[in-house]
Amino acid sequence: MIAAALDVTPGWYLVLGSLLFSIGAYGLLIRRNPLVMFMCVELMLNAVTLTFVTFSRMLEDTGGQSIVVFVLVVAAAEVVVGLAIIVALLRKRPDATADDVALLEG
Amino acid sequence: MTVELFVFVVAAAACLAGAIGVVASRNPVHAALSLVGTLFGIAVLFVAEEANFLAAVQVIVYAGAIVVLFLFVIMLLGVDRADDHDIEPLVGQRLAAGFVALGILGLTFAAIASTGYEATGAIVGFDAKVPDINRLGQSLFTDFLFAFEITSILLVIAVVGAVLLARRGRREEEIVDPGQEERAEEIAQKMLVAEYRAHPEEFYEYEAGEDGEETDEDSGEDAESEEVRT
Repeated sequence: MIAAALDVTPGWYLVLGSLLFSIGAYGLLIRRNPLVMFMCVELMLNAVTLTFVTFSRMLEDTGGQSIVVFVLVVAAAEVVVGLAIIVALLRKRPDATADDVALLEG
Repeated sequence: MTVELFVFVVAAAACLAGAIGVVASRNPVHAALSLVGTLFGIAVLFVAEEANFLAAVQVIVYAGAIVVLFLFVIMLLGVDRADDHDIEPLVGQRLAAGFVALGILGLTFAAIASTGYEATGAIVGFDAKVPDINRLGQSLFTDFLFAFEITSILLVIAVVGAVLLARRGRREEEIVDPGQEERAEEIAQKMLVAEYRAHPEEFYEYEAGEDGEETDEDSGEDAESEEVRT
């Protein structure tokens, strides 16, 4: 009985992914430093990849893992462009927050 | 306690602790290091879920490249000062964010529970004897070939965009160092004192005149720096 209850089912991974996603969303909404907001987006992406890998194992379908590869590629591209924008923003003003993105106008 | 349970508990604890560290730490460097903990925990969970290749890629790409990129930006621009969490510029922001996060959590939990913690859908069934990297390669270059080719265009666009953004930023304005003026003034004063000690007789003649000139310059500089900051 106890052994059955302590078996790690795929549901545990899904719940963990859900928790990570919520924490990332909360951080994205409350933090004002653009760099930390980006890290929170990475957290949310990782929660989703964990869910994809879990479904991939549950359904015995490699497609889920392929999607994770694409998520990785998109995350890398997003970080490159996003950090370039943040660098341009922080050069204008070292203490810029998410509210100061309008500084890049023009 | 089975091995799988032990691995899951340790890795999940690392993930959650890292996630909370990212959200709660005041210093961006600490947040980036907490992110490494989360990414590493997820890599361990990938191994536990028989996605060995993705675990390796996770460590190399995320912990090895993306977090290092974050740290580069933090340290190159010198923005590693602590954020003040006590100020809440938008009143009620945290409360609203908490409700949104709890809403997302509730929705996802409900979705997971409604299917009985199992996936809905047909089980495809792969050959478990084939290594996961072979299966992944076959899937990427057959079913997802078009998407895979599109990612190459995405990466080129990202590289070109990053170069363009970084170049334009450098031309427009140099990095403003807030302490530069004070440091320069301090050094000039020290040099003046040294000069005075070496040759005190040369200073008696124009001491008063230079003082007046210096204060004039000071006020001019202050006004200028005020303009830059506002």
